[in-house]
Amino acid sequence: MSMRVGLFIPCYVDQVYPDVGMATVEVLEQQGLEVDFPSAQTCCGQPMANTGCNDDAKPLAVKFMEVFKDYEYVVAPSGSCVAMVRHHYEEFLGGVPGFEELKSKTFELCEFLTDVLKIESLDLSFPHKVGLHQSCHGLRELRMGSASELMSETVNKPKQLLEMVSDLELVDLSRPDECCGFGGTFAVSEEAVSCMMGDDRIADHEESGTSVMTAADMSCLMHLQGLIDRQKKPIHVMHIAQILAGREVTK
Amino acid sequence: MSSTSKKYHPQEAAEFVADNERAHWHDKALWFVRSKRDKAAAAVPEWEALRETASQIKAHMVAKHADFLEQFEEQATKLGAVVHWAKNPEEHNRIVLELLQKHEVKRIVKSKSMLTEECHLNPFLEKNGIEVVDTDLGERIVQLRNEPPSHIVLPAIHIKKGEVGELFHEYLGTEKGADDPDYLTEAARHHLREKFLAADAGITGVNFAIAETGGIVVCTNEGNADLGTSLAKLHIACMGIEKLIPRAQDLSVFTRLLARSATGQPITTYTSHFHGPREGGELHIIMLDNGRSVLRQSDDFRRSLSCIRCGACMNTCPVYRRSGGHSYNNTVPGPIGSILGPAMDAEKHSSLPFACSLCGSCSDVCPVKIDLHHQLLKWRGKIAERKLLPWTKRMSMKMASIVLRNTWLFTLMGGIARKVMPLMPRFLVYNRFNDWGKQRDLPAMPKQSFRQQLKKRNDSQKRDS
Amino acid sequence: MTHKSEILKALRKNLLPEPALPSLDQEWIVYEDINAQFEQSVAAVGGQCHFVDNISDVQTRLGEIEPYRDGKKICSLVNGVEGNVDLDQIDDPHELEDVDFAVARGHFGVAENGAIWVTDEHVKHRVVLFLSQHISLIIPKSELVNNMHEGYARVKHVGGVFGVFISGPSKTADIEQSLVIGAHGARSMNVFVVENV
Repeated sequence: MSMRVGLFIPCYVDQVYPDVGMATVEVLEQQGLEVDFPSAQTCCGQPMANTGCNDDAKPLAVKFMEVFKDYEYVVAPSGSCVAMVRHHYEEFLGGVPGFEELKSKTFELCEFLTDVLKIESLDLSFPHKVGLHQSCHGLRELRMGSASELMSETVNKPKQLLEMVSDLELVDLSRPDECCGFGGTFAVSEEAVSCMMGDDRIADHEESGTSVMTAADMSCLMHLQGLIDRQKKPIHVMHIAQILAGREVTK
Repeated sequence: MSSTSKKYHPQEAAEFVADNERAHWHDKALWFVRSKRDKAAAAVPEWEALRETASQIKAHMVAKHADFLEQFEEQATKLGAVVHWAKNPEEHNRIVLELLQKHEVKRIVKSKSMLTEECHLNPFLEKNGIEVVDTDLGERIVQLRNEPPSHIVLPAIHIKKGEVGELFHEYLGTEKGADDPDYLTEAARHHLREKFLAADAGITGVNFAIAETGGIVVCTNEGNADLGTSLAKLHIACMGIEKLIPRAQDLSVFTRLLARSATGQPITTYTSHFHGPREGGELHIIMLDNGRSVLRQSDDFRRSLSCIRCGACMNTCPVYRRSGGHSYNNTVPGPIGSILGPAMDAEKHSSLPFACSLCGSCSDVCPVKIDLHHQLLKWRGKIAERKLLPWTKRMSMKMASIVLRNTWLFTLMGGIARKVMPLMPRFLVYNRFNDWGKQRDLPAMPKQSFRQQLKKRNDSQKRDS
Repeated sequence: MTHKSEILKALRKNLLPEPALPSLDQEWIVYEDINAQFEQSVAAVGGQCHFVDNISDVQTRLGEIEPYRDGKKICSLVNGVEGNVDLDQIDDPHELEDVDFAVARGHFGVAENGAIWVTDEHVKHRVVLFLSQHISLIIPKSELVNNMHEGYARVKHVGGVFGVFISGPSKTADIEQSLVIGAHGARSMNVFVVENV
């Protein structure tokens, strides 16, 4: 009997980046899982919570727990949404029965593959120079890798997965974990700094030889891709799920 | 700045960023300091254990804050120091002025003290006819330029050497056009030595106050605190009440963390311990509250009292590096300043907790493990509660919440966006109402949403099976 | 109500749980070769470190160091090292403004950062340590410690006694992050680690 997981797809991925969702489904199914997408879901509430509008975020937290309460695992291709559930739902759902369980069973895609499924190999080839952008929530909230300012070693989960892909060359960045500048509503309310941060990330990737930029969070990539497209730069942008699902280089 | 031209962080930051070359220069300068910090920390195998220990020491101190303050006063008084308590900056400044007037002081030298910046002591003393010379080189530079420091440890980090050269040419008589740091520092050395020798009193900050012994510790690289307090007979030391540590041996933890976090040095050149006045002299220690006791009452923000003012959070902050300290309009800028500022004046500093992408790097570098990025997020909630958010934000979040609470409405709106956006002419999409679109393209709208694609795939798989 | 009582009252408003004060008896860094590390650290902070057998060697070496050799006003606080400025004869520390070189004793040195603990117990005018253009500190070789924890264990704070950890010459990087040695305090630091003291 194959394991059944509940799939959570971030709101904007659902509506604007459907292939990231499809790729996530395929990656999990390739590992022999049964993937269920409860269609009542919409959003984890992070945009509201990050703006301080906790009253507006709470109903979404309640809805999330309701939608996923019966699953053994909840998997999402988004470090920031999972960080929201595990670290920031406390103020909305603290003490509510089932909340502790929800926290312990909700996983980001990469950490689910490495820590729960414990996969050790992938039958894939991706002959490109890949620049891994380490999204902040995944890195510093979920500790999916070693933050360069922390003096402790942590296994880097997205990197570990990419290293299982044949012919894939990971580039070395000058600032391996500097923030891209998306930051949610920050991208709009502090537009000037946000874009300068994004431009600086892109320049780092360009100088390091990145052909395909990837990350575990589509929000970072949406912001970086927006800059790349406007400036007509030749860097391709793909979510890590798309690489792991065996997609060819997309636009 | 008049209240009508009140600028919040986004506008100030945009101006800073607009000078693209300079903004990158500033960013690189501070990233360099952050990298030096990384190297220094990496050389200490027990670095994370030190941070944890420091965090616990400060937490213990804050829990028993009143007891430790009383112990400190008792011990310091036994040593012959005089301890003063000030609830607010006005009282603090009044005490300083009274002491100076009592001793007929006309000229003072001051080593770096962010506390005196917080109290706006300099203009107050100058108004009362007392010459104040800031002796930290960076502080002296900004003092001559009549502007506040832009960083709590590197006050002049936003200033280029050519600009220092111009400044010193005007005030110190250096050669026009000269910008060599060695040459300029030498000129400052001579200029400030005269000031040390002519001073009637010395004012310092306090890095650590030891409850157990009644001593105070001042850390500098230049020796200016020592020169300022070893010639003139009157030493006034200004400290925030949170600068306390319980035991003398606790200094071993903090002296290993402070300079490495601040500049990447293993220790400051001078770590001076004052236990009572020197012979024939007087030592006055002024302890300022100014809202710290209120912060202590907050479960959310209490841990910000652990701050040892190292500046590491500023160096690592990608936003601070690209907007500069002045854009925060607060005595202390950067991540910690964006927590302390709103505590003093939530309206004036309402934009500060949002001047942050929540990357979390600040919390990782903080030597006392303050949960900075979590406190910044908490502040956003408080600011929203107090209705200090711009109405555009409030409205858009309210509307978004309504849409997202109702799956049918969410999928409907998404469907409309995906149909309509591709049909809209570019000028309707990208205009001054679309801040996202100023420098970024919007994502291309797919024909179907994920849930539609999944359903389609699942349905066809069912048909095939 | 005085400011003091108001502040204390505000601080006693909340009874907070008291986390224990952590023990400082932990695994702190220890160096295999403490002498080499100390020498390295002193160099890293811009100083020079010399290992000698006796005080007379210090005198000899100092004679080879230009600011000492050519200095007009030398203040030696160490028996066996020559100087021509006697602090005890001076009442006003301002008179020390033209001291070229000062030589003083340190109690111990710290290998992790090249810092030396100096007190003014037998120093009439401590300003000479900072006002002098150049400085040299002498410590016994037996008194090198690994880290600040070991260092502070040796410090006994005495009322009226000023103590300072001095690590290298004075410096600043306030002008465009360019390191300049010799800011306001000493322009150079020569450390002598003496075997037989």
